[in-house]
Amino acid sequence: MASPEFATALNMKRSSMSPRTLFSSVMTVITFVCAALALIPLVAVLSYVLINGASSFRLSVFTQLPPAPGLTGGGFGNALVGTFLTVGIASLLSIPFGVLAAIFLAEFYRDTKLAETINFLTNVLSGVPSIVIGAFAYAFVVLATGTFSAVAGGFALAVLMLPTIVRTATESLESVPRDFRQAAIGLGATRFQTTVQIVLPAAIPAIITGVMLALARAAGETAPILFTASTSRYWVRSVWEPTATMARLVFDFATAPYKSQQELAWVGSLVLVALVLVTSILSRWIVRKR
Amino acid sequence: MATSPSQTAMPTERSQSSRVLDKAFVWLTGAFAIGVGFVLLAIAFRVGTDALPAIQKFGLSFLTTSRWSVNDEVFGALTQIYGTLVTSFIALLIAVPIGIGVALFLSEDYLPPRIKQPVVFLIELLAAIPSVVYGLWGIFVLIPLLKPFGIWLNTNFGWIPLFSTAPSGPGIYVAGIILSIMILPIIAAISRDSLVAVPAEIRQAAYGLGATRWETIFQVILPAAFSGIVGGIMLALGRAMGETMAVTMVIGNSNSISPSILSQGSTVSSLLANQFAEAGGLQVSSLMYAALILFGLTLVVNVLAEIIVRRFSLKL
Repeated sequence: MASPEFATALNMKRSSMSPRTLFSSVMTVITFVCAALALIPLVAVLSYVLINGASSFRLSVFTQLPPAPGLTGGGFGNALVGTFLTVGIASLLSIPFGVLAAIFLAEFYRDTKLAETINFLTNVLSGVPSIVIGAFAYAFVVLATGTFSAVAGGFALAVLMLPTIVRTATESLESVPRDFRQAAIGLGATRFQTTVQIVLPAAIPAIITGVMLALARAAGETAPILFTASTSRYWVRSVWEPTATMARLVFDFATAPYKSQQELAWVGSLVLVALVLVTSILSRWIVRKR
Repeated sequence: MATSPSQTAMPTERSQSSRVLDKAFVWLTGAFAIGVGFVLLAIAFRVGTDALPAIQKFGLSFLTTSRWSVNDEVFGALTQIYGTLVTSFIALLIAVPIGIGVALFLSEDYLPPRIKQPVVFLIELLAAIPSVVYGLWGIFVLIPLLKPFGIWLNTNFGWIPLFSTAPSGPGIYVAGIILSIMILPIIAAISRDSLVAVPAEIRQAAYGLGATRWETIFQVILPAAFSGIVGGIMLALGRAMGETMAVTMVIGNSNSISPSILSQGSTVSSLLANQFAEAGGLQVSSLMYAALILFGLTLVVNVLAEIIVRRFSLKL
């Protein structure tokens, strides 16, 4: 019954629509499909991590050691501590380094050839594969000290974070209004005083936001950790011994044949994703509030 | 202090010491800024020197042979280089059209800004999910999901070399698909930026001449944003070639070259991930050689991307 009606509707459309507009509508539909296709994996990954992670979640995962192969229960308390430790070491190394470099690029040599070259190198550094940075840290720290360690892992993560910190800090400093500097210099302040007492405090909220995002990402990085921090089944006792991390634990347990370990891999993923998600939303919220 | 004439007392003296402090501060920050560039050099130098024994022993045959034997100390990375190139190519094949589609979707006025912003945010989130989580998802969700599709390809199109082996679960095609998901946000974000940067007057001029929306996009806006989009694709390619964890977890890690994308394989980065921790002697050196090759490949791609993006941004 509906088909003749439908046919006339189609005919009418054909007659009223030129092939040019028809082509336009088809392309519009295709872009909508593309957007949907791009969102499907995101939704799929997030929902699987949420469902599988939440179903095995219990508070004791934060306080217990990983289970031996075949045993049930246990947690990843040591890996959580190890992640905070390696990311902490990475922050100590990369944040002062990156922020000082950014001050030079944004305050003292802005828009010069030298700054442009360093910005270029920073971008290239951020494109170096994380596994290559791991190999570098292995040669630089592990071979030199003779042991896998939290320091080696932290060093690798620091190299990884450095370009992000330089870039976000430079952008934050550059977005401080010029009037601030002119007012400070007008009052007789030196460049050091202007930077440390006026410009830096104004830029700090934005810098912290960028640094937080870099930290959250570093916490989930596995490739540079694999053969620098390595892993351990025990609690951290020293920064100079192999250290378990969340990312490494997810990798090991995902490929392990035991159900209880695989479940912990999902819970660990949930923790890592939650970390990234919360920092992303938080930083967005801070940016919007300002 | 002895050099300064003594009559001008405190003020100049204080300003002198603060001038020294000022200068030292500028020098200090300068040292760190140059240090960033130095880090890049240090990586190349250290990986290069550690690779030297393997470079001397195998030379260029490292690139053209595929035997990787720890016992005989004979190493060649052809399988891995091939795997890196093929998985990256598959990833681009899928992610480029979809990514540009998404970029157009987000740069045209299809959605009200209130809905558009969250969508942009969601796609950015895709880039922030750790690689190892994609790998976990790949093992337990994507591999079982793709296996029937792989079997279907093999039974119906097995005469094409590309699909000539029966899929066993993990494989090159799974790695390519997971990579495409991971690089999609990069392509979408950078393409969108360059599309948005096209001046509105150009679009209005095209509309004024009677062009439809898509005639405007294809003949005016895409050409204007072309170099930016290409730069984004290059950056994504660099990321795909260096991506490690997700690929290692779904590619199967076999050391044989097959023309079939349904077969298992390995990439340079998965080789490093699998072997570094337990390696010793010439094997470490060979792994460093492989890392150097990966470094070189991504360096070329990233520098090209950077140059393309820069030239583009200068023009506008």
